Amino acid sequence: MALLTKKDANLIKDPLADNNPITIQVLGICSALAITAELKASVVMAISVMFVLGLGNVVISLMRNIIPSKIRIIVQLIVVATLVIIVDQVLKAYAYDLSKTLAVFVGLIITNCIIMGRFEAFALGNGPWRSFLDGIGNSLGYGIILVIVGFFRELLGSGTLGGIPVLGDPIEKTGLYSIGYENNGFMIIPPAALIVVGIIIWVQRSRNPALVEEN
Amino acid sequence: MLEHIELFFRSIFIDNMVFAVFLGMCSYLAVSKKVATAVGLGAAVIFVLAVTVPMNWLLDKYLLQDGALAWLGPEYADYNLSFLSFILFIATIATMVQLVEIVVEKFSPSLYNSLGIFLPLIAVNCAILGGSLFMQSRQIETFGLAFNYGLSSGIGWFLAILAIAAIREKIRYSNVPAPLRGLGITFIITGLMGIGFQSFGGMLTGGDDAAEEAQETVNLETPKVEQKETSAKKVADNNSEIDEKEISYNDVKK
Repeated sequence: MALLTKKDANLIKDPLADNNPITIQVLGICSALAITAELKASVVMAISVMFVLGLGNVVISLMRNIIPSKIRIIVQLIVVATLVIIVDQVLKAYAYDLSKTLAVFVGLIITNCIIMGRFEAFALGNGPWRSFLDGIGNSLGYGIILVIVGFFRELLGSGTLGGIPVLGDPIEKTGLYSIGYENNGFMIIPPAALIVVGIIIWVQRSRNPALVEEN
Repeated sequence: MLEHIELFFRSIFIDNMVFAVFLGMCSYLAVSKKVATAVGLGAAVIFVLAVTVPMNWLLDKYLLQDGALAWLGPEYADYNLSFLSFILFIATIATMVQLVEIVVEKFSPSLYNSLGIFLPLIAVNCAILGGSLFMQSRQIETFGLAFNYGLSSGIGWFLAILAIAAIREKIRYSNVPAPLRGLGITFIITGLMGIGFQSFGGMLTGGDDAAEEAQETVNLETPKVEQKETSAKKVADNNSEIDEKEISYNDVKK
């Protein structure tokens, strides 16, 4: 790609796998677990975080030379809070049901550690364009895990994807249900998300032994 | 008084910050390698939650809610500033944390040394902002209840991080499969603990109904078979009641 140099492309590629914000950097777990019972909510959450992180990184990067380091946390919080209010109002206006499902978790994007972590680690020391790419890359890495967890929890837990039944009708016993398949209600309860993420980490680390921790 | 006790136990066990709504997971995972540091962070979280939730309750009641500005005069009664709640809540939290840090450093250097390094971390702990946002969405009624809610959710978070830190100290000596070491096994253990905490769901509703049921059976002297049926029904009712409550408290699960 002519638009992106190789170094820039790595900013987007790295967080997708080997430096994933959730499974490797352990940032932004809260929302990843709480809203992934449905695929649709996971996708919307991923897009919202991408908007906030991409724009926020640019804003912080533009202001990086004028923010006094002592009060930078508050400045960062205000920038994120403003962007999150925009997301929240847009969701309430155009997708009211979904904003009810996400409830307080839209507001909790403010304290999503990915955002503060990327501000601190990247945007404060790099130019706006590279910060923007870093923000998009990291939110993609976050979004991928969210979508994977949401996919499995909704498919196994309620037999639907994005609200559309894909395994047949559990009440009229069509499709898979006609041969005795049952929905796994366990996948709907919150602790299941932790176990699914744990399994993702397990798979990822057994494919790439360099990531294994020392207890 | 009863509602205080109910809210207290509900926030600690049933709506536990970590196991039921996954708030504050980042610091929960990052600072739970040793019991001593976990206790320090947990104490700081209890303290900050107990201070910020009532403060944000006042803000919500007298500034943000629909028609909350009526105390300024009738012409202000139509304002609804609730869209500002995120920015005001987080500003309150960041300021309070900074203030607490300064005060503690000045008056109790020993407490500052054990607790101080965690305080800046707390401003961005989702459990703190989450406490205020849940306080708002659950429409907690009085100042006292808001304080109770902040304190007890802090205690719930403290219990959770204490438990996982103790388990992680022990698990160092066991033979975990290599790819699961560290983060992976912590996730799965937290999941199992979460399932365990789900069983507290019957603690409040279940107990009350059982007591009533016993009284009824004494009064009416119903035959044993019927009694069994009703008790089975009651259990089923209880379950559905709990489900409904959990959904209403935690819209996420819809």
